[in-house]
Amino acid sequence: MWYNELESFTFYIYFMRVLMFGWEFPPHNSGGLGTACFGLTRALAVKKIEVLFVLPKKVSVTASFMDILFGDERRVKFLEIETTLKPYVTSEGYIRERDKVVSDIYGNTLMQEVKRYALRAREIAKKEHFDVIHAHDWLSFLAGVAAKKVSGKPLILHMHATEFDRTGGQGANEEVYKIEREAMQYADGIIAVSNFTKQKIVEHYGIPADKIQVVHNGIDECDYTSIPDKLADLKKAGQKIVLFAGRITIQKGPEYFIRAAKRVLEVNPNVLFLVAGSGDMERQMMLETASLGISDHVMFMGFLRGDDLNAAYKAADLFVMPSVSEPFGITPLESIIAGTPVLISKQSGVSEVITHALKTDFWDTEDMANKILGAVAHRSLSETLRGNSRQEIKKVNWDVASEKCVSYYEKIICDCGATSDTRYI
Amino acid sequence: MASLCFYFQVHQPYRVKDYRVFDVGNDNEYFNDDSERSINNKKILRKVAGKCYLPANAVLLELLKKHPEFKISFSFSGVFLDQLEEFSPETLASFQELIATGRVEVLEETYYHSLSFLYSPEEFRRQVTMHREKIQELFGVTPTVFRNTELIYNNALAHEVERMGYKGIIAEGADHVLGWKSPNFLYRPQGTENIKLMLKNYRLSDDIAFRFSSKEWVDFPLTAPKFAKWANEVNGNGHVINLFMDYETFGEHQWEDTGIFNFLRHLPEEIYKNPNNDFITPSEAIARYEPVAELDVHNFMSWADVERDLSAWLSNPMQHDAIQSIYKLEEDVLATKDEKIISDWRKLQTSDHFYYMCTKWFNDGDVHKYFNPYNTPYEAFIAYMNALQDLRLRVVGHPNYVKKVAVKKLP
Repeated sequence: MWYNELESFTFYIYFMRVLMFGWEFPPHNSGGLGTACFGLTRALAVKKIEVLFVLPKKVSVTASFMDILFGDERRVKFLEIETTLKPYVTSEGYIRERDKVVSDIYGNTLMQEVKRYALRAREIAKKEHFDVIHAHDWLSFLAGVAAKKVSGKPLILHMHATEFDRTGGQGANEEVYKIEREAMQYADGIIAVSNFTKQKIVEHYGIPADKIQVVHNGIDECDYTSIPDKLADLKKAGQKIVLFAGRITIQKGPEYFIRAAKRVLEVNPNVLFLVAGSGDMERQMMLETASLGISDHVMFMGFLRGDDLNAAYKAADLFVMPSVSEPFGITPLESIIAGTPVLISKQSGVSEVITHALKTDFWDTEDMANKILGAVAHRSLSETLRGNSRQEIKKVNWDVASEKCVSYYEKIICDCGATSDTRYI
Repeated sequence: MASLCFYFQVHQPYRVKDYRVFDVGNDNEYFNDDSERSINNKKILRKVAGKCYLPANAVLLELLKKHPEFKISFSFSGVFLDQLEEFSPETLASFQELIATGRVEVLEETYYHSLSFLYSPEEFRRQVTMHREKIQELFGVTPTVFRNTELIYNNALAHEVERMGYKGIIAEGADHVLGWKSPNFLYRPQGTENIKLMLKNYRLSDDIAFRFSSKEWVDFPLTAPKFAKWANEVNGNGHVINLFMDYETFGEHQWEDTGIFNFLRHLPEEIYKNPNNDFITPSEAIARYEPVAELDVHNFMSWADVERDLSAWLSNPMQHDAIQSIYKLEEDVLATKDEKIISDWRKLQTSDHFYYMCTKWFNDGDVHKYFNPYNTPYEAFIAYMNALQDLRLRVVGHPNYVKKVAVKKLP
C-alpha cells in the first residue's frame, strides 16, 4: 500500500503528457523558433515530460533526422501533417502571401493551411491522451484551440513573436491579429519569451498581465562544442570584423546596421562588415551599401547555417543585432558562446537576460557606431565583455526555461480543475 | 571613556558626459552637458545639495549651537568644492559657517579624489598641495590629518604622508588586517616614527550608513538611544569610535523619510547621557591617545565593497587599460603648461570614473549600479576613452608638445 502510494505520487509529480503544436524543427528550420522548440523539448524530456510534437510539414524528414528525434532518451514523438506551410517567410513575402489569404483569390493559401492544420489537430486530439496543450506561435494557434475544444484539456499558447514584431510595426494584418487575440483570450495560459513581448501582448491585445508567464529562451553550450575556424583567413588583412546575422527583413533592422557602418568607416576604415542572411530587403541593402560608397567594406554572405554561421561568429570581433522589435533573439547568445561580444538593440527580449553586452536603441545609429568603434578600438573592452558574458549565459539555459514551463503546466492544469482521476498520467 | 569621532566624506566627481567618438577633435567639454540626454553634473550636485548637504548642514549647525562640546570633521575633495563654487555657492557658505564654529575639523586629501598614489607619487604630492591651498583659501584652516581616496591605504602611503608632515592618517578597520585587534584604538603604521593611524569602526559606521533603513536587519529600526547603548559598550575597552561615512548618507543614500535626520538630531543628547562619553575630532584623538601597537598593512586596503581592496576600481581589463592610459600622458600633459589641458587631465583621474567601469557585481544590480550614472560599465568606459583620445589630440597638437624621436645610436 505504502509502495503504491509512493509510486503514484512519483508519477503525479514527474510525469505529464503534453500535446505540442509547432511548425518547424531542426535541421529543417529557418529561424530561432525551431531551435527554441528543439531546446525546450529536449530539456522537457530530461524532466520526464512526455511531449507529443505535431508538425505541419510534408517536407522530407530524413531517416537520420527521425532517428535523432526518436532516440530513446527523448520522450518526443513526432506527428507530421502535410501542408505547404512555410514557417519563416520574409517580411515582404510574408505580407504578400498573407494578403493573398485575405483577398482569398488563390486556392492554396497560408490561411487555408492554418485552418487545415486545425482540422487535423482536432483528429489527433480526439485519438491521443494528454494533460495539456502547448502551441507555438499563431500558425499553430488554431490547431491548439481545436484540440482544446475537442479534448477539454487546458491550452497554453507560447508567443515567440507577435504580428507587431514581424511587420516592424507597419501594417499588422487584421486576420492574423484576430487569430492571435482570440486564441489568447480563449487559452488558459500564455507563455511569453520576454517581458518585452509580454508588454506587447498586454498593450496590443488587451490580455491581462496576470494571464501571461514570462519564460526566457535558453541556450545549451553542449550544442556548440566544436566551432570551426574556417573563416580565419578573413582576418588576414588585419581588418576588424563586425557581423550582422539574421533575416534581412524590416524586423531585424539591417538598414540601421548599414547606416552605422557608414559612420564607423568615416572614423576607422579598417573595419569589415559581414551580413549573413537573406531576405526581401537584401537587394535594397546592397543598393544602399553601394550608394553610400562602402561596398568594399560590406560583404553579403547569403544565408548561413550550422558550422558556417558559427564560423562567422567566431571570426567576428563584434556581433551586432540591431533589431527593431525582437521578442527574444537567440543569435547574440550563439555569438557569445563562440567567444564574440555583442551589441544588441534595447528593443529585444534577450537584452533582459544579458547585462554584459553593449546596448543601443536600434534607431540611434550614432550611438551604435560609437559603440562599434569602441569595441574594435579597445582590446580591454572586448576582453571584459567576452569574459563576463561567457559566465553570464551559463545561467541562460533550457533547463531553467523548461523548469519554468513545467511549473506553469502544473499551475494551469491545477487552475483548470484537473484531479488525479482526470489526469492522463 | 568612549569618544566618538565623526568624519564625513564629501565628494562629487566631474562625470564624463555621453562623449562619443564623433565628438573627438570637435568638443573639449567632457564634463559639461546641459542636454537631457546626458549626465549633467550641475543638476546632480544641486539635487544632492537640496536633499543632503543643506538639510544636514542645518542639523549639524543646530547641534553645534545646542551642545558646546559637540565636534565633527569633514573631508572635501577639491573637485567637490569647485563644483560648489560654480553651481551652489549657498551650500559652500553653509559649510563655511560650520567650520567657522571652530569645532569642525577639515581633513586633507588629494584635490582630484584620485588614485594617484598608486601610479605617480609626484602627481600625488602635487594634488595634496593643491588641496591644502584650496582648504586654506575657502575655510582659513590647515589640515593636519590625511585621508586618502576611498580610504585606500598601506604602509608605503603612511610613510609618504608622514614625510609630508601630517600627524595622522585615516584608514578602514578591515577585518583581514586587524584580525583580533580592535579599531577603537590608535595604531602606529609599521616603520613610522610619529604618525598615528585611526581606523574606521565599520560595524557601527555601516549601521548608520548602510543598514539604517534596512527592514531585513534584525536591529531595525535604529534609534539614537539604541546606538548610544552600543557606543557605551565600548567604554573600558577602547579609546575612540571612528564613525566614518559618506556625508550623502544623510538624505541621499538614506532618504529623509527614513528618519535619518531625526536620528542625527538626537544622537548627541543620547551619547551625552553617559558622562564618560564625548565627541572629538581626529587631531584631538591623535593629541590625546597614544598608539597601542604597530600595524603592518602591506597590501592596499580600502573601504569599498566586502573585499575592502582595490577591486572596485581595478579588477577588469578595461579599468586597468583606462587608468594606465591616463597616467601615461602625465609628462606630455604637464609639458604643455596649458591650464585647461592639465585640469581636464586631472579631472579624468578621479576614482569614480574607474568605479563606473566595474563589472564585479554588475549582474546583481547592487550599489555599483545604484551609484552608476551610466547604463552599463561598458558605456562608462567608451565615453571615458573617447574623452581621453580627444585630450591626447590636444596634447599632441599643443605648441609645447615635444615629439619624441627615436635617436639612432652611433655605431
